[in-house]
Amino acid sequence: MSGLTDALAGYLGEDALARIRAVRVGLAGAGGLGSNCAQYLVRCGFCRLRLVDFDVVEAANLNRQFYFAAQTGQKKVAALTENLLRIEPELSVEALAERITPENVLELFGDLDVVVEALDQTRAKILVVESLLGRVGCLVAASGLAGWGDPDALTVRRVRPDFYLVGDETSAVQPGRPPLAPRVNVAAAKEADAVLSWVLAGKGT
Amino acid sequence: MQVTVNGKTEEMPEDTTVSRYLERRGASPESLVVELNGAVLARTGWPGRILRDGDRLEIVRFVQGG
Repeated sequence: MSGLTDALAGYLGEDALARIRAVRVGLAGAGGLGSNCAQYLVRCGFCRLRLVDFDVVEAANLNRQFYFAAQTGQKKVAALTENLLRIEPELSVEALAERITPENVLELFGDLDVVVEALDQTRAKILVVESLLGRVGCLVAASGLAGWGDPDALTVRRVRPDFYLVGDETSAVQPGRPPLAPRVNVAAAKEADAVLSWVLAGKGT
Repeated sequence: MQVTVNGKTEEMPEDTTVSRYLERRGASPESLVVELNGAVLARTGWPGRILRDGDRLEIVRFVQGG
């Protein structure tokens, strides 16, 4: 047992931790939301992760994403796997550097207990939500997190028992309203908390 | 006729389709996911589905950024 697992057993109890460790979580996107949400999930004991993102780390990502300067140019899923393993060496991570399409979305995520929608583009977000809602145990998505100020506006809306939406549904990334670390991390942390709450409520087992 | 939209009851004229309702709300349809009575309603079904008394509609708006 790793040091982190041991510590979490102390915080949460063996039973709760066993439930967390059994859950298979997919992250659709490993950018601002996905890289940070993955980090929080690993720190909460989630250890069976599938990361899907076709992109590479760029300098422009370092203002908010869980990557380091020396990782620019690497595939995000490879860099994120490396970073997560530094937190918890005993993880099972599937790193898929693929673009999510209508043709592959079910194959990529359809077998998982929980999927976190952490994509950038509206169309891709909608594709993931419309395709997976009701097909996976729990879906957590995000919409509206750009800019700064009023972080309490980033709410968690429980649309139905297996679907949570984080964000204000209005703050799109646009000129003058960039994605910045604090609000992006509030949303990523709330996505992780929704997953954790769903599992600890006994829904994942 | 009463329809529940995002948890709030709204009075609606008879023969309101999902498309017509979304237009009236002023939301751009390509940014929305619509769920009717607990199931996703594909956008191809929006023009033909007339809302009925007691329907429960959930509308989620997606904007860019992640």
